[in-house]
Amino acid sequence: MQPPPELTQNLIELRDIRKTYHVGELDVPVLKGISLSVPRGELVALMGASGSGKSTLMNILGCLDHPTSGDYVLDGEHVSQLSVNERAMVRNKKIGFVFQSFNLLARTSALENVMMPLSYTAQHLTDRQAKDRATELLNRVGLGDRLDHPPAKLSGGQQQRVAIARALVNNPPLLFADEPTGNLDSRTSEEVLEMFQKLNDEEKITIILVTHDPEVAVHAKRAIHIKDGLIETGAYDTHVAHPVLAIDPQELS
Amino acid sequence: MTIYRTLTTAARALRRNVMRSILTTLGIIIGVAAVIAMMDIGNGSASAIAKTVASMGANNLLVFPGMAASGGVSFGAGSNVTLTPQDCQAVADECPAIKAAAPVVRARVQIVYSGRNWVPQTVIGSTPDYLVVRDWNNLTAGDIFTDADVRNAAKVCVIGHTIATQLFPNEDPVGKELRVKNIPFKILGVLSVKGSNMMGSDQDDILLAPWTTIKFRVSGTSSSVANQSASTVSSSINTLKNPYPANTTSLYPSRDTLQANDSPVSVRFINIDQIVAAASSTEEIPLAIKQMTQLLRERHHLRDDYPDDFQVANLTEFTNALSSTTVMMTRLLLAVAAISLVVGGVGIMNIMLVSVTERTREIGLRMAVGARTDDILWQFMIEAIILCMVGGIIGIALGLLTSFLVWYLLSWPTEISVGAIIAAIIVSASVGIIFGYYPAWKASKLDPIEALRYE
Repeated sequence: MQPPPELTQNLIELRDIRKTYHVGELDVPVLKGISLSVPRGELVALMGASGSGKSTLMNILGCLDHPTSGDYVLDGEHVSQLSVNERAMVRNKKIGFVFQSFNLLARTSALENVMMPLSYTAQHLTDRQAKDRATELLNRVGLGDRLDHPPAKLSGGQQQRVAIARALVNNPPLLFADEPTGNLDSRTSEEVLEMFQKLNDEEKITIILVTHDPEVAVHAKRAIHIKDGLIETGAYDTHVAHPVLAIDPQELS
Repeated sequence: MTIYRTLTTAARALRRNVMRSILTTLGIIIGVAAVIAMMDIGNGSASAIAKTVASMGANNLLVFPGMAASGGVSFGAGSNVTLTPQDCQAVADECPAIKAAAPVVRARVQIVYSGRNWVPQTVIGSTPDYLVVRDWNNLTAGDIFTDADVRNAAKVCVIGHTIATQLFPNEDPVGKELRVKNIPFKILGVLSVKGSNMMGSDQDDILLAPWTTIKFRVSGTSSSVANQSASTVSSSINTLKNPYPANTTSLYPSRDTLQANDSPVSVRFINIDQIVAAASSTEEIPLAIKQMTQLLRERHHLRDDYPDDFQVANLTEFTNALSSTTVMMTRLLLAVAAISLVVGGVGIMNIMLVSVTERTREIGLRMAVGARTDDILWQFMIEAIILCMVGGIIGIALGLLTSFLVWYLLSWPTEISVGAIIAAIIVSASVGIIFGYYPAWKASKLDPIEALRYE
């Protein structure tokens, strides 16, 4: 049996994760044995150039995909070999997602967008409670006066805040942000990143920021660099200004 | 995911694209509306036809006496005298599937009125129930004779339209007296026009009088041997023949003591030529025949191994023609319905496939936040089913409106078909399930990673 969550110190425990894609006759190894632990309350930046295996690792960490081999313990639960539907449940309960392109439902109010994940699991909640919970979260991200606005009537930063509220609606211990500032200008990026830091400080939510941008990564307490399917730097490293990546991030994207 | 939440999610998704949802369901709406309207109009026409055919006697049953045979020589149908007025009464009273029954005594005689004469095709002696059986309740003028007239063998009659025009070209026949074989008959009424029957003979060429009057005053014998050349007063059975008006007729011949002692059961001296009966409905004709046969066998004290001493004839040909028309009509409509609903269903599948492609990112997102395969499957299935059901309901309303307008503006007979409505609901729901399944299945099989990356 798995140990109860409070006994495991680390929220995320990866042991020798490998992922190999089969392209025709060829085996293409993308992740070549990644071991990693993320303690609770951590704010980690997951960095890497494209083709480094960053996206693959992100999909595995986000329980969207399963590794070819290796063990992944999330919040005390072994999730590496779960079925599609079991992984869906893990995502719903334990992980909040924030995407680069916000992925809000068009022509749907901010409130309904935030309530959407509740419809899949939170059967114990009445509509009233679900609404209250969503309203509270939108208030917390500073959009309490825009509950009925559809995404088209919100600015990029506001849309991303709606997405953050949606990610938090199920009280997940882990928040996953995939290039959360990729579509935002620098000022709103800063706002959004400060919100992540605040959530991390005040609510002790573990956050993984997936980014290629060192400017974003400086907001994290630690940066993990992926290169060629392996972790380059695993230690705490608040000075993430990597010499190679110090150049203008726009050129890299 | 609870059903309620699935429903609201699907409804919300449809509401996001109101115009497209409406256009999608249009196929179903038009299909169902057409089916409902056509069924209503078809049903109305069918029952109008049924009514017409019924007035021709589709529900009528005729009972003839059996035939007598002597030394291998058959005397033909009706030559045996086995039917009595009491049989007729019993048929009317005791067979639940029989709506009404009337005795028939036939004659072929010449009628005369003030210098004109005419030989009606049918001279029928019966009871007022005859008109009930024939579905001939309205008279153009005057009234039908009464049961009292039948008991008294009153010299009264009603005449058909043809006789009225032949004998009374310029006057009102009601109240006039015509002579039948020299006996004056008072005309009480004129029957409404019925036209020719299926065989082309004129149904309005009729003189209808109490059967007692025809039996005892006019023919005095079974019509099968009575024709004009042989219509001399003769009766080997009825000894009470008295054509003169002043005498009232005793209906029951007196029996001598020996007879009475020998047979306590009433001897069937008074015979009638036919019994006409009307079944309650076309469907009940076989049942009515069965009940009638059983009753008459019982009344005639026939042993099980004896053949019937009567024959029951019905107008099966009419009924068959009628029902085959209806069946044809229904099948035709079903074919049209099937085609239109399949076309509507393909339209729905088409749009749902487009919708799945268009909403790939939404599906990816829903999967990322915890939607299981079945949740996605059901969301899209329910969307398709809602589209079809709403389309079906609007279609039903539209169809009913159309049939109402057809009835109101064109005054075609229409009849609301509950069966068609129920079928429309069931069919449109199953169209939703059948044609919604593939797109929904496709949506549920998407890989969330691919779906989220989809542009």
